[in-house]
Amino acid sequence: MAKKPELVTPAANLEQAERFLRAGADAVILGEGRFGIRLPGQVDIEGVGDAARLAHGLGAKLYVAANALFTNETADELPVYLRRAAESGADAVAFSDPAVIQALREAGVTIPLHWHGETLSTNYETANYWGARGAVRVFAARELSMEELVEFKRHCRLEVQVQVHGMTDIYHSKRLLVGLYRQHQGKRAESETYGLDRQLSLIEAERPDERFPVYEDASGTHIMSSDDLCCLEILGELMDAGIDSFYAESLFKSADYQEKVLRIYRQAIDAWVRNPQDWFREVWLEELERQQPEGRPLSFGFLFKQQVY
Amino acid sequence: MTDMAIAQPGAGGGAAGKAALRKPELLAPAGNLEKLKFAVRYGADAVYIGGQKYGLRSGADNFTLEEMKEAVEFAKPYGARIFVTANIIAHNEDIAGVEEYLRGLEEAGIAAIIVADPLIIETCRRAAPGLEIHLSTQQSTLNWRSVRYWQEEGADRVVLAREVSFAEIAEIKRHVDIEIETFIHGAMCSSFSGRCVLSNHFTGRDSNRGGCCQSCRWKYDLYAGEDALFAEGDDPFAMGAKDLCMLEHIPELIRSGVDSFKIEGRMRSIHYVATVVNAYRQAIDAYLADPENYRTDPGLVEEIAKAANRPVNTGFYIAEPGHADHIYKPEEKGVPYDFAGLVLDYDAGTGTALIEQRNHFKPGQEIEFVGPGGLFFRQRVEDLRDEAGNPLDAARHPLQRVRMPVHQQVRRFDLMRKKNPS
Repeated sequence: MAKKPELVTPAANLEQAERFLRAGADAVILGEGRFGIRLPGQVDIEGVGDAARLAHGLGAKLYVAANALFTNETADELPVYLRRAAESGADAVAFSDPAVIQALREAGVTIPLHWHGETLSTNYETANYWGARGAVRVFAARELSMEELVEFKRHCRLEVQVQVHGMTDIYHSKRLLVGLYRQHQGKRAESETYGLDRQLSLIEAERPDERFPVYEDASGTHIMSSDDLCCLEILGELMDAGIDSFYAESLFKSADYQEKVLRIYRQAIDAWVRNPQDWFREVWLEELERQQPEGRPLSFGFLFKQQVY
Repeated sequence: MTDMAIAQPGAGGGAAGKAALRKPELLAPAGNLEKLKFAVRYGADAVYIGGQKYGLRSGADNFTLEEMKEAVEFAKPYGARIFVTANIIAHNEDIAGVEEYLRGLEEAGIAAIIVADPLIIETCRRAAPGLEIHLSTQQSTLNWRSVRYWQEEGADRVVLAREVSFAEIAEIKRHVDIEIETFIHGAMCSSFSGRCVLSNHFTGRDSNRGGCCQSCRWKYDLYAGEDALFAEGDDPFAMGAKDLCMLEHIPELIRSGVDSFKIEGRMRSIHYVATVVNAYRQAIDAYLADPENYRTDPGLVEEIAKAANRPVNTGFYIAEPGHADHIYKPEEKGVPYDFAGLVLDYDAGTGTALIEQRNHFKPGQEIEFVGPGGLFFRQRVEDLRDEAGNPLDAARHPLQRVRMPVHQQVRRFDLMRKKNPS
């Protein structure tokens, strides 16, 4: 029987984690905004322990997000935080900044690492390099083509995770750009915030039909893609290539939306495992399209797009 | 030639601030061989350039191996070193050939590569161990633990993220004994370096392989749900940051322990590179000669403004950037001065200079001469003649050689600027 890839999603809180796991996710990733990047909600270290018990009770896995870029000050908290994350039963820690590797050494803790290189995880040799430093999984850059991904997986000694659904980050600044702009306009009210709940977006002057979500959090300003990735139709190709983990982004989406996404991908993965020759059902895609927010098309991202430089 | 008697970075010594102040390296960009020569003549201790492969800035001229050898030979008598950027975020297809390329750099006498992708670091340590490894700012290194990590991985130097403050740099230097390089002047990504794929999304150009189309400087409208967060006549939202200029903070930079002061701009002109290098060279030397009584020379601040056309700020060094540190208005494109001519020769007998034209100029225009060490004097263009001695009403041809009287002695490779009408 073909190898069954994992389906993983971020969760904003414990309640979401449970809903998502019951909807078919094999793993959830969560954590705190100081340590993890672009999380849909805050789960403190006690919550991580509860989430780990919950996930393990359902035969699933729990990953802790420590994939931010750290200042000296926040990095000082890492050894204690990572020790507690490991003790709480988390199955892996996602990282980007090598301060995490140093901090684990300081804490005398080992835990499987997932390298979330974001835009930097673009080739298998570099993934293999992080593999030699403790990573068991790499989250491939969202900007790779299908051809590149297939080759990436073929030569990669780590598990390869690929985002299959939802929006992607396209710009991350430490600057708090929305608030600064409001200040520049002279319109910033003291109580004004710019978090996920505000549903802020940007429209570029020459692209009136594309809306780019934007928000601020502890790690700065994030601008997100104007379309949502949807790899459902080509999940078979990704599974043929041996991709180990499918990531469905939940940022800026309701729990209902994400639950449906997970149910459908769950069915698709299971159907492919049963019969890779006949697994796809058009009705799944129709259901996903029906629940898309207005003006946000589903796309294949960069998988079939020519890029130059 | 710069005074090499003061300890250079990497020559050992403890943390910053104590004992003798160490002389930092002034590191300049160069897009081609001619610019490199000017950077060195005007006082750069090291110059970084792009090769034919693996460097960002695919639009710059970039150097062949032959040109690199010439650059190294040229820089040698000045005691200057040449670094090559190999800081792309590599894709699978880029992997083959890295080894051979790095060996070529080593043989050409290149001192260091500036590199972001660990794949290239590993390859370099194995295949070209003679090259120093400088970790690129593309890795967004902000904390001492990461710096120590990269040191243990074989980095000789770490170029910090542009998002670190003086206090954070000092803390990094307290924890890790390694060379630290920071950007001190030039244009800045407003995002964390490498954490921006706006170009990829808008134009299909890969910013992390040199295709950046500067979408951060485009105009955007901000909405909350369906509500416009702007009114008629408001400036649009933009992400573009003002350029960095740390000229007025040389003492703090040196005391915080930064070993290498990096100027951005491989795409910039000779005039820009020479002017900026010249100003920082003078400021650094003046401070080290007499730290007690040092004050920023306002003349140097003015000098830099003559070659640059963007507003400047101090990035994250002193405080988090505020709204005044970003560019929301259409940018002023004009520069107050243009590079008009390059001095080729001076005839003391007749008090005339032989000038190679670099921009249109004519009698009556206000000009000034600048060379390594400072701005020398101003005058107006008087009598203008071609090489055969025929009078000219203007120097209108690129690289045309003209002779004209000058009020003071000038030297080969001095720059002649003309003042633009304001």
